[in-house]
Amino acid sequence: MFALERRDRVFVLTITGDGEHRLNADAIASLRSSLAEIRSQVAAAPGGYALVTAAEGRFFSNGFDLAWANAAGTPSASRQRLSSLVALFRPVVADLLSLPMPTVAAVTGHAAAAGFMLAISHDYAVMRGDRGVLYMSELDIGLPFPDYFMSLMRAKIADIRTLRDVTLRAKKFSAAEAEARGIVDSVHGSAAETVEAALRMAKELAARNWDGGVYATIRMGAFPEACAAVGLEEEGDEEKGKTFVSKL
Amino acid sequence: MCTLEKRGRVYLLTLTGTDEHRLNPMLLDAVRSALARVRSEAAASSDGGAALVTAAEGKFFSNGFDLAWARASPSLRPGLMTAALHRTLADLLSLPMPTIAAVTGHVSAAGCFLALSHDYVVMRADRGFFYMSEVDIGLPIVDSLMSVMRAKIPDPRTRRDVLLRGKKVTAAEAEARGIVDRAVVGAREAVEAAIAMGEELAARNWDGEVYASIRKGLFKEVCKGLGLEEASGEEAAAAAAAALTKQPSSKL
Repeated sequence: MFALERRDRVFVLTITGDGEHRLNADAIASLRSSLAEIRSQVAAAPGGYALVTAAEGRFFSNGFDLAWANAAGTPSASRQRLSSLVALFRPVVADLLSLPMPTVAAVTGHAAAAGFMLAISHDYAVMRGDRGVLYMSELDIGLPFPDYFMSLMRAKIADIRTLRDVTLRAKKFSAAEAEARGIVDSVHGSAAETVEAALRMAKELAARNWDGGVYATIRMGAFPEACAAVGLEEEGDEEKGKTFVSKL
Repeated sequence: MCTLEKRGRVYLLTLTGTDEHRLNPMLLDAVRSALARVRSEAAASSDGGAALVTAAEGKFFSNGFDLAWARASPSLRPGLMTAALHRTLADLLSLPMPTIAAVTGHVSAAGCFLALSHDYVVMRADRGFFYMSEVDIGLPIVDSLMSVMRAKIPDPRTRRDVLLRGKKVTAAEAEARGIVDRAVVGAREAVEAAIAMGEELAARNWDGEVYASIRKGLFKEVCKGLGLEEASGEEAAAAAAAALTKQPSSKL
């Protein structure tokens, strides 16, 4: 479900197929192994890189596989299945928040619930303007947010009224509105144009040749609560001191 | 390395010389001495409210840590520099009067922390960038200093562009995005605007200790990281009681 390719210094992760790209255990495992592959390639050849995450079809991702959770048979078994997905996805957010390179989400379709979280776990988000909404559906379905979802939203959506509309109003944001309210960075015509824009941005960012480890450390220092919520511990001052000295 | 003068109710601290005003313990100690003088003169004065403006001569407000100085003794000097900056920022955050940075030239890296540790920032509009160069140089930022960024740049996109994109932000953009309060054309004009702002704030005749206490409460996380203790609940209550007895009943 997650296909990884590399175009020079840009890694492109594509959520393949025409469906809703629901996140179940297999999909999440596939995503994690792609991110691990990226990490090992850059460890072998340090330099400036960037990641673009995009999707085929009408959906970026519509969130967790609730149909699979509901098929468990009993309400408590269903709850357990959903909890397992919540627990499995948490390290994905951690992987992205600690990835040693800039990350760009090309939101090429609807992004809801965990799909919305996947998008905002990236440093930059560009979105197609011709269709698709960003939507936290949980309130409409009657599901509470996992703590780390809330921490991530608080980190990336600072405006309190926007945050309220996202979480307490279950508002469906068009790309234009998402841009106006600071949820995405820019809006582009079609899915193809959105991916092009993301690739251009990623190429530029990769060309800055940043030290990936330092980039990740600065990112974690910029968003410490979100990082703590997904179990990431920031490097201590002693470690940072050593890096500082090595760069002098 | 720096001069201190008084213009009306405003203390004007100027980083002298046309160099980059790199922050090493020598310059930072000079700044701290000046701040100590401001504190003691203000305490002795019966003039009422005061304010501090920090400005700089030349093309640079400050271009950050003195890496060349640190390189000469890499096992000791980086720690000394960071500690000296911590103490300077702690002095600014506990200063018993409003503080305004007049960013009259380029400000980058650790210089940005110095500027943002003031209550207000006026930046020269016609030249100079606000630039967190750390990502470009590959230098990590210790959490105590990063907390200044987090406190003063709450918008996630701006924070990202400044810290993770190494954006060279012009004064106009810095003003639009809430990094600085005002962009003013001309170095002299920027300083004058900062002093005028200082006069206005000083004229409010605020109790300096109460001002400092409120500031420390507002920036609790930063102060904690810099080792500044907040006033305890008891101390705050005692201060409030003392203030109440001083107020004419019509004001309450």
